[in-house]
Amino acid sequence: MRLLPRRDLVCRQAVELVTDYLEGSLPRRARKRFEAHLAGCPHCTEYLAQMRETIRLSGRLEPEDLTPQQRDEFVDLYRRWRDEPD
Amino acid sequence: MEADGELLVRLRSGDERAFVSLVQRYQEQMLRLATSFVPNQAVAEEVVQDTWLALLRGLDRFEGRSSLKTWLFSILVNQARTTGTKEHRSVPVPDPEPAVDPARFDAAGGWADPPEQWVEAAEGRLEAGKLADRLRALMDELPARQRQVVLLRDVDELTSEEVCSVLAISDGNQRVLLHRGRSRLRQLFEDEFRGVR
Repeated sequence: MRLLPRRDLVCRQAVELVTDYLEGSLPRRARKRFEAHLAGCPHCTEYLAQMRETIRLSGRLEPEDLTPQQRDEFVDLYRRWRDEPD
Repeated sequence: MEADGELLVRLRSGDERAFVSLVQRYQEQMLRLATSFVPNQAVAEEVVQDTWLALLRGLDRFEGRSSLKTWLFSILVNQARTTGTKEHRSVPVPDPEPAVDPARFDAAGGWADPPEQWVEAAEGRLEAGKLADRLRALMDELPARQRQVVLLRDVDELTSEEVCSVLAISDGNQRVLLHRGRSRLRQLFEDEFRGVR
């Protein structure tokens, strides 16, 4: 293992910066340090890829179809509202 | 898929099918979000139903300054918070919670037990259509406040500003909750899919 210069990130710190990095809220210098760490660290690069995948999978979640009974209930709800006095 | 804005136009012209389409689109997520605020499923269902009624009653007043879904989720959160909540917005974000179990790093802070591969296995399940139920169950394991932020940001794809507005939390808190929620979810995926072929 090479000795890290004092200002370099260690992996334990890098994983805490992933969200700020993805949000684009890391200041420029901190972003450079983070990217420099990634360039030399396949594990943290994998970790970042897994965080991106986590976000992507959440975004793929589609609602289940309403059951016919639920549809009827919501049509009822709509009609009750429509027939409410103003 | 028809855009929310088009559904809104049809809804305002009195088209009840537009209402059902909107319910189809958001009911499940609203229920999931409501559940994170109130003590049980029955109360959550009531809160969601009240939200739909409030939406219909507010249609004429909605000015479109926010997106329809942001408006809808805002109504929901307000309804949930006034209906016997199990938490209060003034509660601070709890103590630091590391993104990764500290035991996985060595004394110098490098990975001792590095992340295991799981992305391909999850993608395979996704393609096979077998992931959705499991994903829902994993999300339900997140602590309530983390779950709220992850649902709104990553499932419903609201912006960070919209999430702050809907949940009435600061940008800093939003980011901390998002970070913890996503980090936990990543770990749950790793636990679920490592070694799966």
